[in-house]
Amino acid sequence: MVENQEKQDDRKGLDNETLRKISQRARSLIIKMVYSARSGHPGGSLSIIDILTELYFNEMNIDPTDQNLASRDRLVMSKGHASPALYSILALRGYFPQELLMDFRKINSKLEGHVHKGVPGVETSTGSLGQGLGIGVGMALASKIDNNPYRVFVILGDGEIEEGNIWESLMAGSKYRLNNLVAILDKNGVQLDGFTRDIMPMERLKDRIDSFGWATYEFNGHDFSEIRKAMDFARGIKDKPVFLIAKTVKGKGVSYMENNSKYHGSPPANEEEYEQALKEIDAA
Amino acid sequence: MRPSESLREVYGKKLLELGGLHNDIVVLDADLSSSTRTSDFGKKYPGRFFNMGISEQSMVTAAAGLALAGKKPFVSTFAVFLMRTYEQIRQSVCYNNIDVKFVVTHAGITVGEDGATHQIIEDVGIMSGLPNMRVIVPADSIETASVIDYLVKKTKTPYYVRLSREKFPVVNDDDYQFTEGKNTVLKDGTDLTIFCNGSMVGLSLQAAAQLKEQAIDAAVVNVSSIKPIDREGIIQYGKRTGHVVTAEEHSIYNGLGSRVAEVLSEEYPVPVVRVGMKDTFGKSGKSWELFDYFHMGVKDIVSAGIRSFREVNKYETIS
Repeated sequence: MVENQEKQDDRKGLDNETLRKISQRARSLIIKMVYSARSGHPGGSLSIIDILTELYFNEMNIDPTDQNLASRDRLVMSKGHASPALYSILALRGYFPQELLMDFRKINSKLEGHVHKGVPGVETSTGSLGQGLGIGVGMALASKIDNNPYRVFVILGDGEIEEGNIWESLMAGSKYRLNNLVAILDKNGVQLDGFTRDIMPMERLKDRIDSFGWATYEFNGHDFSEIRKAMDFARGIKDKPVFLIAKTVKGKGVSYMENNSKYHGSPPANEEEYEQALKEIDAA
Repeated sequence: MRPSESLREVYGKKLLELGGLHNDIVVLDADLSSSTRTSDFGKKYPGRFFNMGISEQSMVTAAAGLALAGKKPFVSTFAVFLMRTYEQIRQSVCYNNIDVKFVVTHAGITVGEDGATHQIIEDVGIMSGLPNMRVIVPADSIETASVIDYLVKKTKTPYYVRLSREKFPVVNDDDYQFTEGKNTVLKDGTDLTIFCNGSMVGLSLQAAAQLKEQAIDAAVVNVSSIKPIDREGIIQYGKRTGHVVTAEEHSIYNGLGSRVAEVLSEEYPVPVVRVGMKDTFGKSGKSWELFDYFHMGVKDIVSAGIRSFREVNKYETIS
């Protein structure tokens, strides 16, 4: 297999304050989307949104005006229930008008409840957990076959990695030395039924992934300087796939949603909660 | 009837031939490549062959990723083991409606001695239920080669092609070309139609010859395209012969028998007698012994034919 050519550092170089403002707007849109739909998954959307902001506004080689460019970087949102996060960031990045976000989960809308390929900028439908890493492996293999040096990012949830498919795909990524593949784990510690440590403990996670032959790195998934260091780490790895473990907070930015499994899959319960969420996000 | 080349042998050869002409073909297997015969492709095109290990979920999702990035993956393993990835096929392949071809081998009871754990008899039903999935059960080597050609040259969506391990007689003409959604009339008849596919086509032709001795003129129609199914072809022969038998190396639930009965009951109800596995697991034994054991042999098709033919058409007054 031909090794990919060296990738140039082609990042946009937006500063932390600019990125923070973008993710603030995205957080606000996430709340508006799930409240308008009266359903959806705010908790895991708010925990991943800062990382998505860095990826779509700095890190990834993408062009919203040329969405089928063969050399584009790909992102697979394996935790497909975080559709409010992905859809809002795609809208802010210019893939489609922001007005469409308010039709989320409604009949006649393209914005399906879980991430859907029919939405501009989305690479694959997801929603059943555990499948996106394998899809990322396939995309990364295609990049190698074609000697087309794009990179593939896969966003995983920490509940999601309880799926056996993930560990199978970790083996495959390692076997084929997919140095163009970057998995990012949104380790917010909460899944639908409660705390991940109670549902299915996964101690020494970094060691486990290391032992599968991936380069691992832990960082704070809400600090843009830290996020960028993680991306630097990924760019520096040349001989194996990369697994970034982001320590995050479920429901980050809305006090009553933080670390609360109730808001894994429920919108603000009433007008009061809705207003409070938007106020807290604006004040941050 | 002359013996057919083994279907998986033909599959392996077609992959080799077409792999040279179509650079987008990639092949994935799960530690059964020497049995499914994808191994020769792997030797010739190692950069486009991926042995994913005994990890079918990884194999199917990687195939989805390859297809999303513009490749044309052929995914092979034993039919029974692919079924554990039903949900990967559903979500990552069929919902995305992408160009992934599942060509599975060792389907049905003719796996023989390996026994019930390896004899899948419900896969056609499972795969046919998936939106965007198309399902083909070739009858011989000629049809298998033609189907693979068709998939490579004419299609861009998910397909499930079900092959058996055993060699079966050649039933198609040498110049036969597979047409999706079209039945093939292998023997015409006026009294009864035997709709069949896969390994049961050869047996059905033998059964038709025996029925002739009992003065029943049976047509034998190969329904290799289970989905889409040839509704017009089925209705035409339902009307022409008024009596129907179905024969499949599969459960009588959710396979050929169900599809034929469903079409006829909606459009032109006639007596249908189904030959196949009757909601039971298989068992170890030689294939010909198993056909008899499960009442799917030539004599069973004959007696099904007689039953159907002698059945008074209860619905005659409606038509």
